[in-house]
Amino acid sequence: MASTEEIRADLAEIVNEVAGVDADDVQLDKSFVDDLDVDSLSMVEVVVAAEEKFGVTIPDDEVKNLKTVGDAVAYIERAQG
Amino acid sequence: MPSTRVVVTGLGTTSPVGGDVASTWQAMLSGTSGVRRLTDEWVDQLPVKIGGRVAVEPSEVLERVKARRLDRSSQFAMVAAAQAWADAGLEGSGLEPERLAVAVASGIGGVTTLLANYDTLLEKGARRVSPLAVPMLMPNAPAANVSLAYGARAAVHAPTSACASGNEAIAMAIDLIRLGRADVVLAGGTEAAIHPLPMAAFANMMALSKTGSEEGGDPTTVSRPWDTGRDGFVLGEGGAVLVLESEEHARARGATIYAEVRGAGISNDAHDIAQPDPEGRGGTRAIKMALREGDVDPATVVHVNAHATSTPKGDIAEGLMLHAVLGEHVDRCVVTSTKSMTGHLLGGAGALEAVATVMALHDRVSPPTINLDDKDPAVDLDIPTSRRDLPNGDIVALNNSFGFGGANVAVAFGSV
Repeated sequence: MASTEEIRADLAEIVNEVAGVDADDVQLDKSFVDDLDVDSLSMVEVVVAAEEKFGVTIPDDEVKNLKTVGDAVAYIERAQG
Repeated sequence: MPSTRVVVTGLGTTSPVGGDVASTWQAMLSGTSGVRRLTDEWVDQLPVKIGGRVAVEPSEVLERVKARRLDRSSQFAMVAAAQAWADAGLEGSGLEPERLAVAVASGIGGVTTLLANYDTLLEKGARRVSPLAVPMLMPNAPAANVSLAYGARAAVHAPTSACASGNEAIAMAIDLIRLGRADVVLAGGTEAAIHPLPMAAFANMMALSKTGSEEGGDPTTVSRPWDTGRDGFVLGEGGAVLVLESEEHARARGATIYAEVRGAGISNDAHDIAQPDPEGRGGTRAIKMALREGDVDPATVVHVNAHATSTPKGDIAEGLMLHAVLGEHVDRCVVTSTKSMTGHLLGGAGALEAVATVMALHDRVSPPTINLDDKDPAVDLDIPTSRRDLPNGDIVALNNSFGFGGANVAVAFGSV
């Protein structure tokens, strides 16, 4: 079972790979759209990469609720649980 | 006769022989081949194992995050457009976006993106297919990405006519300026089709040469236009973009002018989907049309950058066209095929060869045709095997491209 920080760090690596955002900027309180400039297509790429990395499923309907990095980490934790 | 004069004010390319115009042009003048044995794993399963990869990978030039959202064909277009834009001095020139158009073509489109995503679909399922696949693989992606980069809000076109596409884009750019739809056009072509599927397909239709792929073979000698040993083309990749501009606009902003674009001709053979008309009648009409549109005296045509891909039939047909159009003047015309060095860039070919044609006029020198050891007696043209100076005075050079589907496109450039 990965810790919140481990999930955040792995997710930060994905966001860096997809959108070029500095991994250190990918903190729990940051909004994907407003703070990290991740557009909707890049968000789909992040979600698909996260599904593969964390072995979870994130339905399309759920993606719009993942506004911040913290939202995504919490969803992944629950889905893994 | 069209009244608006169109000029070339900027050039850019990334090609199998150089990462920019200066290195590409020097390599062409010195007769350097960019054809190599491919190092990709998949070549083992193919009968053709050689090609002309770009000399400088776009990843060395483009930002990583931007590059991963672009098909390789768009990457080449972006590299070439950035050079042409800078070369023309358009950065910070105050050009109105509504007066800037783009015509950037490809022959096949984002084929590597399409096929890589199909591989992903089969291996990992539909969920893993990239949400960027469609905007990456669409045939107008290179043109659209160039328009985004420079804010081009006039027409953005991606004409396709297979191997004539790049030249058709230039012909279209002339029209855009002469019709008053734009003052400046970023025009060119790009292709990134070195992938096992298109290579297998071209090989199976016997369009690609299978020579030089054997262990110890010499890939640099395989593209040999007009030589009796020619047996098919060599696939190259890369892109080129030219800045075309109304003369009035160029003069007003004090731009450096490389050459004038005198006229273009477009025709179709309606003969066969892949074979050229053996008598070259359609191509003859296209070349005549280009000269007529530009009010060019055939006696002033001293240089031709030929389509000549190193196929048995096409190379001969083009010779017939030049004789039909130039008559006795063909004897004073220096003909070259730079494909002998770069391989065939398909939709990028017409654009790369337009850059070479413009540089030939500008520097008044023709690049050689390499590997022409035993000229086909059916071809009666002056084809130097080392660089040859072109005459002083007002001179004209032609750039020819022909494509599957029967397309013939000729563009006439004039010295300034």
